[in-house]
Amino acid sequence: MTGARDLILGRVRESLGRAGATGEDAARRERVATRLREHPKGVVPEPADGKDAVIGQFMAKAQAAGATVEKVKRDDIARAVSAFLRSHNLPQQLRMGADRRLKRIAWQTRGAPERRAGPSDGNDLAGLSYAFAGAGETGTLVLFSGADNPTTVNFLPENHIVLVDAKDIAFDYETVWSKLRRKTGAGTMPRTVNLITGPSRSADIEQTLIMGAHGPVRLHVIVVTN
Amino acid sequence: MKEPESLLREARGILREKFLAADVGITGANFLVAETGTSVIVTNEGNGDLTQTLPKVHIVLASIEKIVPTLEDMSQILRLLARSATGQEMSVYTTLSTGPRRKSDPDGPEQYHVILLDNGRSTMLGTEFQDMLRCIRCGACMNHCPVYQAVGGHAYGWVYPGPMGAVLTPTLIGVDKAGHLPNASTFCGRCEAVCPMHIPLPKMMRHWREREFERHLAPSEYTSNLKLWAWFAKRPPMYRFAARLAATSLRLLARRRGRFSTLPMAGAWTKDRDLPAPQGGTFISQWKRQRGSRR
Repeated sequence: MTGARDLILGRVRESLGRAGATGEDAARRERVATRLREHPKGVVPEPADGKDAVIGQFMAKAQAAGATVEKVKRDDIARAVSAFLRSHNLPQQLRMGADRRLKRIAWQTRGAPERRAGPSDGNDLAGLSYAFAGAGETGTLVLFSGADNPTTVNFLPENHIVLVDAKDIAFDYETVWSKLRRKTGAGTMPRTVNLITGPSRSADIEQTLIMGAHGPVRLHVIVVTN
Repeated sequence: MKEPESLLREARGILREKFLAADVGITGANFLVAETGTSVIVTNEGNGDLTQTLPKVHIVLASIEKIVPTLEDMSQILRLLARSATGQEMSVYTTLSTGPRRKSDPDGPEQYHVILLDNGRSTMLGTEFQDMLRCIRCGACMNHCPVYQAVGGHAYGWVYPGPMGAVLTPTLIGVDKAGHLPNASTFCGRCEAVCPMHIPLPKMMRHWREREFERHLAPSEYTSNLKLWAWFAKRPPMYRFAARLAATSLRLLARRRGRFSTLPMAGAWTKDRDLPAPQGGTFISQWKRQRGSRR
């Protein structure tokens, strides 16, 4: 395997006319190391003006991508989740992970949704996740894997409800990556990072856009304020 | 339910069972991030995500030009990808996978393998086809190509259709086998104009034509007919006379039917469809008549 790798890298160097040019090779390696270390930003779109405008754009873009979006106070999460399930004639049942923020939700004592913990096996109608962040530039949710938010909850249930704290909504992806590096350490990643923009869709048949190809048919985003 | 919707529902149900039962999932990668050792795939359906989440083993098969240095570099190209592909600002699912499931993860594959393919890429470096390595497979060149619109993807006969295929396929299977692809272009230049990665596709198709010519790969009847055409083209009165003669005689030969189902020397065309007979004189004669009537 290493033989094949050396062969390919050797050919790359040769094609670039760098075989044997050790001085130049060292300078090139340094450039690569610097880029990886400093991860400079490329062209980033002009951000919306102010935190409220960023949240507003996040909600508008997510809606444009086919998600339903609402902004609720932390105390009202349980009510909003139940109302969503009821409005689509779904049973009051939820699949969810062990995220502390999910556990802290003030579920009402009577008529609260039945909560099932752990990954989904494909038999759940609705899943609930807590996003790590949102990106306002395209209304994109950023979730990652772990005991807190199993990846299967994002894809197998037909209805996916995602909570995201208003304070965690940044404008651009680059800001989210900086936040991720602070959390997990540079160069380290969770097994899976999901960027989700709207519900699953396909236009492969007769170029007709239909929601719910392999993933959720509906995506409901709840922006949580304090 | 309308038909496309019921077809999709059916596919979802049947394929879901297959996703849940599979032991191994194989994906490609839109990007490979060097900074973190991450493979990235982009889909609207979520098929890629079921493939890399549910089975025990996730195998990534990707060629080496997919590697970008950092998450920032990936983000920059990501902004171009969906906009150039489908006109979305962002595809529904962009998923970054790094390694197998972690100790505390309740789901995800137990094994994660990345297979890096060279497959001719390293030999493209340093040649006039190097720019092609920037291609992100968005499909913008196809969406804007008049040739692709007319003939469709399967007519290209290999994995990659459209203008990018006309450039890439000869590098992968040889200009002797795929030389007709860079020849089937009007050089209108729309592919280059819409390419988000600024790949000079028509220029590279021209390079392939040159290489084909240098290696004398064009069939002899092609070159001899071209020489015959050139002889006439350099003698306009002769050209007009021959064109008039051909148009008139073909029209008379076709009689009232107006088309041919067989014709000597046009067998390749008439094998699959009729050849329409010329109607109403040559271009030059029509041009003269129309200019005359406008004055």
